Amino acid sequence: MINTKVNICGVELKNPVMTASGTFGSGREFSDFIDLNRLGAVVVKGVAAVPWKGNPAPRIAEVYGGMLNSVGLQNPGVDWFIENDIPFLRQFDTKIIVNVCGHSVEEYENVVRKLRGQDIDMLELNISCPNVSEGGMSFGTDPKMAENVVSAVKKLADKPLIVKLTPNVTDITEIAKAAVAGGADALSLINTLTGMKIDIYRRKPVLQRKIGGMSGPAVKPVAVRMVYQVCKAVDVPVIGMGGISNAEDALEFIMAGATGVSLGTANFIDPEASVKTVRGIEEYMRKYKVSSLDEIRGIIE
Amino acid sequence: MKKTETAEVLSNNRLAEGIYDITLKCPGIAPMAKAGQFIEIYPDNGANLLSRPISICGAGEDTLRIVFQVVGKGTDLFSKLKQGDKVRILGTCGNGYTLESGSALLVGGGIGVPPLLETAKRLIASGCKVTAVLGFRSGSFLSDEFEKLGAEVHIATDDGSVGFKGNVVDLIKAKNLAADTVYSCGPKIMLKFLAMHCEGQNMPLQVSMEERMACGIGACVGCVVKIKDETAADGWTYKKVCKDGPVFDSREVCWE
Repeated sequence: MINTKVNICGVELKNPVMTASGTFGSGREFSDFIDLNRLGAVVVKGVAAVPWKGNPAPRIAEVYGGMLNSVGLQNPGVDWFIENDIPFLRQFDTKIIVNVCGHSVEEYENVVRKLRGQDIDMLELNISCPNVSEGGMSFGTDPKMAENVVSAVKKLADKPLIVKLTPNVTDITEIAKAAVAGGADALSLINTLTGMKIDIYRRKPVLQRKIGGMSGPAVKPVAVRMVYQVCKAVDVPVIGMGGISNAEDALEFIMAGATGVSLGTANFIDPEASVKTVRGIEEYMRKYKVSSLDEIRGIIE
Repeated sequence: MKKTETAEVLSNNRLAEGIYDITLKCPGIAPMAKAGQFIEIYPDNGANLLSRPISICGAGEDTLRIVFQVVGKGTDLFSKLKQGDKVRILGTCGNGYTLESGSALLVGGGIGVPPLLETAKRLIASGCKVTAVLGFRSGSFLSDEFEKLGAEVHIATDDGSVGFKGNVVDLIKAKNLAADTVYSCGPKIMLKFLAMHCEGQNMPLQVSMEERMACGIGACVGCVVKIKDETAADGWTYKKVCKDGPVFDSREVCWE
């Protein structure tokens, strides 16, 4: 018998596999391809206090082994989300994690205030998006600012609070500790690595906004390293992500110490990747006689 | 409904310089195809991960025909596919054209011509009179197939090597071509001038747009175009080419 369940801050997920925010919408687009009931949780695309238009196109550039995006958190706002996406997701037996974005502490607070009492399972505070000019990543690169925004949001949150970290810092454990000091119940990492691509024939950057966030299999070693370091540095559960495409990748993160894992860009490369990862983890556990993921979590010293 | 499928390459022919014509056997996806829709094809070479959106040029019972231009690493890879090779595809994507009754003017520019062939086929089958205006930089491709279907064909080339020397909009004006509905696919600049002309003539125009995509199914929100929206404070909103389009009413598009 294998038990794939994981517990994150008192919320029990049927398995550790989630979808990284911004790569899965609220799951609708994937329901043609996969059974959403198979997922541990759906982490929805970033939700702001009011609708955000996002950045001008081109927003996407392909790079070796991955991609750059500069979407800029286009979203229809928290009211629309509450009315449309929560009822949609609640049809499925999976946990709902709402990614919260903002330009200022006040905007983050406004989203979380509106989500109070809603039928969701956890919050993920996005202080790490590289594609917005104010807020976003600036909160995630300064330990003091990170602690402040987390503690402000934590006061209002009625659900466990995950804080999503950026890899674009010198020492990610500093920010991790600051987020935990602010009251983070869990951490998720990594968000995208800032990157750039130039079209030499047009002599222009591919992205309209020049710089975007890199994701995909090519970033995985960086993400594994950071998850490993953060798991050693803090005592809260960590959700690992960054280039995970299959069960082998996911298990690396779990051995590095992650409690949960998210697939991001992989959803674009194969819309069934998340469910295939669930199946692959189950197969690994059966084959190697792992009855619970607790047995292999964080086994790397 | 969308599906993924491993398709078999039945044939691959070079139609013109850098233009390839592939027929895929894909019994799961082919029956869903509508004119103006597209499929996503995955390079699956380990380095280029994102699928490439390619318009549907022809749809059979269990086959799809795609005609595409080599513009980068992904399409270069597809151009080398041989009979019997397998490719992973996803489809069908996008809304496609809304086929109206009455006469039709089909306006294609370059690699925007292929999706109009399936459009012509379906319009002619439903009894519409079809006129096709096809524009190319130099030479032409697929124009004979429009003729075979029974469409009246006009060709414009930038260099005058075939047909009218100039662009499709000038050709339409010169020959005074008109129809109840105009269907178009091509470079944005061509679509913009065509939109100005059609609006002046009060001809409804459906335009098929293009933008860089990642997922092709509406999840990544990468492939946006500016669309008029009276409910928005500044009068416009970003819509997704892959899911809300690729076909839009030209009067909805914010031409820049």
